[in-house]
Amino acid sequence: MKLYLRAVGAVIWKDFRAEWRNRENLSAMLVFSLLVILIFNFALELDLNARASLSAGVLWTTFIFAGTIGLNHSLAVEKDRGCLDGLLLAPVDRSVIYFGKAIGNLVFMLIVEAIVLPIFNFLYGFNVFQPGFLGVVILGSIGYAAVGTLLSTMVVQARTRDILLPILLFPLTLPVIIAAVRASQGFFQNLPLAEFSIWVNILVAYDLIFIAVAFMVFDYILED
Amino acid sequence: MKAKPRLLTALDILSFLMVLTAAGLVFYYAPVEKLMGAVQKVFYFHVATAWVGMLGFLVAAAAGIFYLRRGEEQWDIVGVSAVEISLVFFLIAIIMGSIWARPIWNTWWTWDPRLTTASIVELIYAAYMLLRSGVDDPERRARFSAIYALFGFISVPLTFISIRLLRTIHPIVIGSAEAAGQGGFNMDAPMKMAFFFSLAAFSVFFADLLWHRIRLGELKAAVESLRVKSFQEEK
Amino acid sequence: MILVKKLVKRFGPITVLRELDFEVKSGEFVALLGPNGAGKTTLLRVLATLSRPTSGLVRVASYQLPQAGASLRADLGVVSHQPLLYGDLTAEENLHFYGKLYSVGAERIQEVLELVGLANRKNDLVRTFSRGMQQRLAIGRAILHNPRILLLDEPHTGLDQEAGEILDSLLHSVALEGRTVVMTSHDLVRAAGLASRVDLLSRGKIAASVPAADLSASDLVDFYRTALKGRGKA
Repeated sequence: MKLYLRAVGAVIWKDFRAEWRNRENLSAMLVFSLLVILIFNFALELDLNARASLSAGVLWTTFIFAGTIGLNHSLAVEKDRGCLDGLLLAPVDRSVIYFGKAIGNLVFMLIVEAIVLPIFNFLYGFNVFQPGFLGVVILGSIGYAAVGTLLSTMVVQARTRDILLPILLFPLTLPVIIAAVRASQGFFQNLPLAEFSIWVNILVAYDLIFIAVAFMVFDYILED
Repeated sequence: MKAKPRLLTALDILSFLMVLTAAGLVFYYAPVEKLMGAVQKVFYFHVATAWVGMLGFLVAAAAGIFYLRRGEEQWDIVGVSAVEISLVFFLIAIIMGSIWARPIWNTWWTWDPRLTTASIVELIYAAYMLLRSGVDDPERRARFSAIYALFGFISVPLTFISIRLLRTIHPIVIGSAEAAGQGGFNMDAPMKMAFFFSLAAFSVFFADLLWHRIRLGELKAAVESLRVKSFQEEK
Repeated sequence: MILVKKLVKRFGPITVLRELDFEVKSGEFVALLGPNGAGKTTLLRVLATLSRPTSGLVRVASYQLPQAGASLRADLGVVSHQPLLYGDLTAEENLHFYGKLYSVGAERIQEVLELVGLANRKNDLVRTFSRGMQQRLAIGRAILHNPRILLLDEPHTGLDQEAGEILDSLLHSVALEGRTVVMTSHDLVRAAGLASRVDLLSRGKIAASVPAADLSASDLVDFYRTALKGRGKA
């Protein structure tokens, strides 16, 4: 078990080490997020009334799009110079690769979200620093990273890898998007938790189910 | 290659007759619904085609599990056959639903849970086909599509629940009093007869098409292996 | 050390390996030659647990494949024509990363960097390395955990004369440490110089197997012709 965790840690460590050096991935995700917020602001004319109902959706759309960039990059790195084979040759269980990459992707998403949220707060005046809301952000990101990592590992081995990920990923993550948006809206509008706790439950259920299934099928994605 | 099985020919005829009978029942046996009028007739085939659309989803997910466990090519063929057929049937179901919704709900389209979920399933089917065309190695393609079908099958109920919690105006047809205001209705015996017969007819039709499509897939695989063999011998 | 019997590997309708029999004794250095598409890389990938055999017996270091793949991998070093290294990490960080996966300590990493002659460049990004340096580091990565078996898939691909010679002498010293080596190559002369035995793979089968010592210069030419014949209409 200790060995297993150390191997997962190693996979995460090397992604962060490389990212720390050039910050390519994080800066791309971040700039993209800000652009999406900007575009939405003008496309939807987010005046005071529209903000209350729309901004949770804007926020999650931003996270989802930025997440796709991160996922594509994360696995493209492994394909470059054949590194995926290098990981497969290691004497560790192959789920190490899945958890290492998934946790790495999740943390990248969370870092971007941690930067975007205060800006969002500043622009639209919603208090994002509520523990419950931050919990929703984490739960939603977990579900997205769990399914996204699995699918991007698949996509990176396909011929049409540049275009396939969002097409495969978005319809499967719809429950996450709906539930996360609804729960966020609940927090933004200061509704009593009981009114929207069902959405939090859906997020938890989705996360648990898909992490379990991904763990079970990941081996099949990597064998040849 | 094997000749067309006689049972399959029998199934062809049976499904043709059943669909024809179902149409007869719908138009001549079942009475015209008094509130909605003739457009209500769409309902029988709408539900039947939607049912086939979902059936294909189930078959594809089950075939996916079998493929992953056993690694036999035929399960991949079953999976893609089911998805292809259901893709078409679901589209028909959605279009028929729209035709019905126009006079009853006064709109071609609403974001009702069943409608929305149906379109999500349709998109998952489309993504499944795109995934297949993007992977060249047949074994890998089979594995990936098995996993994707499985994931879709798990996520769609969650999508349905989520949208259901958001809103619903779709009629819950059978035995619901409050549904009446939204286009629900109580079915009398001839209506039920036509309804369940349509379901059965389309299920048989689905089985028939699935068999044909699987056979086509097998023939295609056989042709491919002959082609490769002759190519390798030439070399 | 390696025993393969009636190995078949199919990709969909295409059969790459056809009931291939292959054996390597402990300490042998076998060069696998053959035209493109003969199945060299596929055979190596099966031995490396990267590819699942369709049927047949594969036993490497007394581990049965594919079942015991995970335990075998600790005993296996692989060099492919891609370096399997991260461009945005330094040479040392790359080895450090693989060291963690294989439970190898920091001392061994320095030792390996010395051995492949990259100790003075260890803090440079792999991205900035020449092809030859990347390939040397790839060999360092492969021997990091002192594997008993080395599998080399055309390690000379894309190297110039000088880099090739450096690689040869490195391979030579690595092989001398008593490892069992299987190397694929197109380059007959180079392969015969390194290996103790030369096997010829043609159309998914071993067509010939000759001890390298028995191959004189003129034999090499004949041997090469046989190899080419596998590609033409035999």
